[in-house]
Amino acid sequence: MSNAPTKSAVDERIKSRSRFREAMIRPELGGIVGTVAVFTFFLLFAFDSGMFNSQGIMNWSTVSAQFMIIAVGACLLMIAGEFDLSVGSMIGFAGMLIAIFSVTLGWPVWMAILLTFAMCIAIGALNGYIVIRTGLPSFIVTLAFLFILRGFAIFLPQVIERKTIIGGIKDVAEGDWLAPIFGGKILTGLFQWMGDAGIIAVFERGSRKGQPVVDGIPMLIIWAIILVIFGHVLLTKTKFGNWIFAAGGDAEAARNSGVPVNKVKVLMFMFTAFCATVFAVCQVMEFGSAGADRGLLKEFEAIIAVVIGGALLTGGYGSVLGAALGALIFGVVQQGLFFAGVESSLFRVFLGLILLGAVILNTYIRRIITGER
Amino acid sequence: MNPEKAPIIQMKNIEKHFGSVIALAGVSLEVFPGECHCLLGDNGAGKSTFIKTMSGVHQPTHGEIFFEGKPMSFGDPRDAISAGIATVHQHLAMIPLMSVSRNFFMGNEPVKKVGPLNFFDHDYANQATMDEMRKMGINLRGPDQAVGTLSGGERQTVAIARAVHFGAKVLILDEPTSALGVRQTANVLATIDKVRKQGIAVVFITHNVRHALAVGDRFTVLNRGQTLGTAQRGQITPEELQDLMAGGQELVALEGSLGGTV
Repeated sequence: MSNAPTKSAVDERIKSRSRFREAMIRPELGGIVGTVAVFTFFLLFAFDSGMFNSQGIMNWSTVSAQFMIIAVGACLLMIAGEFDLSVGSMIGFAGMLIAIFSVTLGWPVWMAILLTFAMCIAIGALNGYIVIRTGLPSFIVTLAFLFILRGFAIFLPQVIERKTIIGGIKDVAEGDWLAPIFGGKILTGLFQWMGDAGIIAVFERGSRKGQPVVDGIPMLIIWAIILVIFGHVLLTKTKFGNWIFAAGGDAEAARNSGVPVNKVKVLMFMFTAFCATVFAVCQVMEFGSAGADRGLLKEFEAIIAVVIGGALLTGGYGSVLGAALGALIFGVVQQGLFFAGVESSLFRVFLGLILLGAVILNTYIRRIITGER
Repeated sequence: MNPEKAPIIQMKNIEKHFGSVIALAGVSLEVFPGECHCLLGDNGAGKSTFIKTMSGVHQPTHGEIFFEGKPMSFGDPRDAISAGIATVHQHLAMIPLMSVSRNFFMGNEPVKKVGPLNFFDHDYANQATMDEMRKMGINLRGPDQAVGTLSGGERQTVAIARAVHFGAKVLILDEPTSALGVRQTANVLATIDKVRKQGIAVVFITHNVRHALAVGDRFTVLNRGQTLGTAQRGQITPEELQDLMAGGQELVALEGSLGGTV
């Protein structure tokens, strides 16, 4: 039998598809189109606004990187078939934990950071455990944690410090070995050289005269890049990635084939919590303070970035690179409207419109893939 | 079958009770390598319970299972699968949004080492999938084609090819043709024939007599948790099989009013 039909045998029932259509059917399509459109728009209408000089680029890159960090976690979790609505509250809660541990209790900052990571990942695991144990939709379970964690993020500092913002983290983080991994900058030498060479802007006067305005790449951006690469490789190039797709595509079928679905889902909840905590630590180190309202609405922004990136809300399909592009679109538009002098409330209108467009496009792509009508 | 061949799996007087319900009241069956053994029966006859006992989902209340001549007791489906008993369920373990090759190797992903890291070996997976599907007579557009674009019959074939690739010695097919059209059914029956010729024992569950007669070597009919006997190919007519499945008398009474259309 093995030698009968060779590769040249073409089944007449299979319609040949054009390369264009083939290229269309990929989760990143929406993200790629959106990125090109957004950059074209702002290059045309806001080129002179300072959006594309060194400070401008650093500005929207930083905002995009923030979105990317939480979008990677939300993306993998959504492909595994679950949501986490507690991401935003987790950011506020994690920041507050670090502030309380390091400022109020006076523990070393590295210990505060590690302890916060451990606690937040444990909460992520608890989220996942409740979801798989009860079979309840993750929407409801994590909605509960949205309120629980936000409540604690407000309650703890009020009881302990009688205020909702705890500052002074910059001082205690001085000389710590772990804090710069989240709050530091790299390539400062290169930026100094670029400043000296006149490639990027330098301060004209004041105490920092001669230093470049943008003096390095914040670790936040490095974290975003590392997480995107990690997430992409994990999803597309590993056995575990196949399990993520399978768990979200059809959990029962995956179980029948021997995929440890529950383990995959709990690990993805933990990874989402990890990403939220990375976001929180970077933010706390940058601002030097923790606020009870930090991370508000971030869970939805993460989900929107993931959907713009082509993931299906029902799970089983999506792309980390797409989610990263979704986050980039998000950051560029949010900051770009500011540079272009557009009323910032219009950003929300834009957000709603692009979300709607992305969901409709995704549904269409899904129909092509599965052959549904 | 040939007397010199030993049965690969032997089920002796299998009984299965669920509380006060007796689902199986002493069913015996032998399956030989390279044969297609059809298990027929109406709804509720105990077919599903019986094959679930064979594939390790249920443990029999009484009775013995011999696999390759040795007594066996499967604790769970994983034991049965690793022994070489694969089941292709009515609800296929296939995920429509995933590609054929990702589905093919789901849960058994091939890995290649790059330094200390393990990666999914996509090249091998794609090649193996295309080869196996070609052997079954299905030309895919590509290994990255989503399973959702395949027809029901093609999906059954992917599931069967997957079981064969992973070394199944006994392949249990739970009503693979029940939801298929005429041509798709023909494809699946042709696949069963190919699998049988590779020396794999096929247990084909159906309640369609014509499908059974098309590929079956032997036919066992279950009714109300009991075996009504096993017949060789050529020793039984479709009408007799149909009668056995329905329990004989009731159908006779019905046939009068329906004019022999059943």
